[in-house]
Amino acid sequence: MNRCPRRCRSPLGQAARSLYQLVTGSLSPDEVSLALMCRARPEGLEQLQEQTKFTRKELQVLYRGFKNECPSGIVNEENFKQIYSQFFPQGDSSTYATFLFNAFDTNHDGSVSFEDFVAGLSVILRGTIDDRLNWAFNLYDLNKDGCITKEEMLDIMKSIYDMMGKYTYPALREEAPREHVESFFQKMDRNKDGVVTIEEFIESCQKDENIMRSMQLFDNVI
Amino acid sequence: MAAGVAAWLPFARAAAIGWMPVANCPMPLAPADKNKRQDELIVLNVSGRRFQTWRTTLERYPDTLLGSTEKEFFFNEDTKEYFFDRDPEVFRCVLNFYRTGKLHYPRYECISAYDDELAFYGILPEIIGDCCYEEYKDRKRENAERLMDDNDSENNQESVPSLSFRQTMWRAFENPHTSTLALVFYYVTGFFIAVSVITNVVETVPCGTVPGSKELPCGERYSVAFFCLDTACVMIFTVEYLLRLFAAPSRYRFVRSVMSIIDVVAIMPYYIGLVMTNNEDVSGAFVTLRVFRVFRIFKFSRHSQGLRILGYTLKSCASELGFLLFSLTMAIIIFATVMFYAEKGSSASKFTSIPASFWYTIVTMTTLGYGDMVPKTIAGKIFGSICSLSGVLVIALPVPVIVSNFSRIYHQNQRADKRRAQKKARLARIRVAKTGSSNAYLHSKRNGLLTEALELMGTPEEEHMGKSTSLIESQHHHLLHCLEKTTNHEFIDEQMFEQNCMESSMQNYPSTRSPSLSSHPGLTTTCCSRRSKKTTHLPNSNLPATRLRSMQELSTIHIQGSEQPSLTTSRSSLNLKADDGLRPNCKTSQITTAIISIPTPPALTPEGESRPPPASPGPNTNIPSIASNVVKVSAL
Repeated sequence: MNRCPRRCRSPLGQAARSLYQLVTGSLSPDEVSLALMCRARPEGLEQLQEQTKFTRKELQVLYRGFKNECPSGIVNEENFKQIYSQFFPQGDSSTYATFLFNAFDTNHDGSVSFEDFVAGLSVILRGTIDDRLNWAFNLYDLNKDGCITKEEMLDIMKSIYDMMGKYTYPALREEAPREHVESFFQKMDRNKDGVVTIEEFIESCQKDENIMRSMQLFDNVI
Repeated sequence: MAAGVAAWLPFARAAAIGWMPVANCPMPLAPADKNKRQDELIVLNVSGRRFQTWRTTLERYPDTLLGSTEKEFFFNEDTKEYFFDRDPEVFRCVLNFYRTGKLHYPRYECISAYDDELAFYGILPEIIGDCCYEEYKDRKRENAERLMDDNDSENNQESVPSLSFRQTMWRAFENPHTSTLALVFYYVTGFFIAVSVITNVVETVPCGTVPGSKELPCGERYSVAFFCLDTACVMIFTVEYLLRLFAAPSRYRFVRSVMSIIDVVAIMPYYIGLVMTNNEDVSGAFVTLRVFRVFRIFKFSRHSQGLRILGYTLKSCASELGFLLFSLTMAIIIFATVMFYAEKGSSASKFTSIPASFWYTIVTMTTLGYGDMVPKTIAGKIFGSICSLSGVLVIALPVPVIVSNFSRIYHQNQRADKRRAQKKARLARIRVAKTGSSNAYLHSKRNGLLTEALELMGTPEEEHMGKSTSLIESQHHHLLHCLEKTTNHEFIDEQMFEQNCMESSMQNYPSTRSPSLSSHPGLTTTCCSRRSKKTTHLPNSNLPATRLRSMQELSTIHIQGSEQPSLTTSRSSLNLKADDGLRPNCKTSQITTAIISIPTPPALTPEGESRPPPASPGPNTNIPSIASNVVKVSAL
């Protein structure tokens, strides 16, 4: 992989750069150009084939689409939100896109490279049901502490409802997300301790045939 | 949805997995990818230049030539490529459109050639990207004007058939070269305007003396002659004005136009003078009215293009002139104050007050220097010289700027208006595209429901009422459908939303109609309607006899106007009774789907059944009238 992404990602480098920026008042030209052109090139096809469960052709198609929208090879949060919002013209999908971004950005460096992208998709589309449930749990667990609290779930729910926008039938009420969260917790929280752990989550989902079926809905997306 | 992000649709669909554990209802089935074949390169040979691209790239726009099966007509079996005998330069832009989703207009291309190529490939020019849209529109407008000029000059040579008398008159007025009569009229009016202006001027010239009294102006000496001339001119002008008023295509607009106001103002003094002839009190006011006769000179602007342009540029330059005036006023006030206080000490000073000093300041700053007011004190002279020096600067500097502003502002105004009009159009296009994509989903929903209804009905005709959607579109709609299922709410468009809000606010009293709802067996929530199929006849249905087509009725969604909590609770009990398998969440979920007003074929509209006959038992008759204009549409 290029030196560049590693440079971009190192926090020490970032701190040094910001200090330099503070002292001199601006980024020096080559720093600017490097910072702007922080391109990333993904690993080779063979390595990606080993790491993910996609075939060679699928990886090719995925990369072509990825590179088309992000020529620099990495997606930052703004790009991500903008791309995702194109699919939901009626509502505001930025919050949910942020949560998605955090779920894809596994090393939390603020950008999603093609490897992150493809790794996430591999779990969602080609992983076992448990893997997918794990991934969904990871999405809901905003602070990644291993359990979903009602507040976290409420945030997620509100972001999903935001995507519907204003013009819905029946009209969206303020309490709708909260009620949905309550019903969710009623279903998932076995020991009624106010949080849903990963085991409770997987167990409850496995009992629900709707969820089981819908988890496999997008298998043939690629 | 831009084509560029079509490549990310699989990602968006995969990300929908985040909704699955949260949703309480089953998700709709995904559209099947019927002809999923491996992506292949296809070769497009355009007049010898070979372009290659993926098949899926071209299929992003299925209603163009390259995206549909129309290109098969151009397939060359021998060379296994698609051959087009067209311009390869423009084809480059067309192919880039498929790749990037943005259509560009190359500046060196001729606009009509470009339009021809776009028409050939089935691409609407309206989707040209914003970067090139202005240029395209400008060129198009120039071309259109050129065509119009050509047409006009052609038309002027032939006799235009069958214009009404009124229209011919208007054309004659506006364009004097159309006929000899118009030309004669044009010159006659011009002559009389000149005569009128000259008489006004000559009227005031002292014209010899009557012995024994002072010099008289000619107007009073030959008053009869001048009066006759005036009358003749005013009569001509009045006739002309009335004729123009009669011939104008839009009388209201004509009356409001500047030229007609000038006409009116030019002839009013005469008539006012006729009316109040010998009243001595108002004769003073009457005299000042005569000054308005000078407005007749403005009537020349109909005869002179230059005057019109001058007037227009002055109007457009008004802000500049206003600024000049404002800065001048500031300087005048400053200097007048200073001079007044400087000259206050001297005796017999003409600078009696600050407004009196205004005159001195203006005369000095414009370097006129009449000399009727001069400062006498030393301080006054010093400040007076400063005043004249600064006058040179203040006046001389903005004037060239204004002069150069004339052409700049003139052209700039033209361009700014163009840009503003295009900006509105551009924003409108963006809005239309946005609503288009959401409307596309609503539209396809209706069509999907409708086709399902038709399938249920078993009617072979009218299979596909909606236009065919590409696979990508159907996948996108499936994604939006999943979101609806997750949240148990439906997407509707703005008008329906307003209507719903109005209705729900109108029906705020507890409804006695809730029992009436029981008469509609199909009243289930959308997501659970599949389950409702199990229950063929709800025990609380009051209209079993009329439900002949039970299959259809089961999947019928009735449309309600209101959604009060009282209704849901009352109905929820009915639902639970009837449908044990229903998930508890559906109890709180809302009633039916959007109000969809498609003109369904009569077979589908059991409109009569929505109003159960009065004889049937139960309070079924008080169905809200709002629901009467509502159409039943089959659900999934």
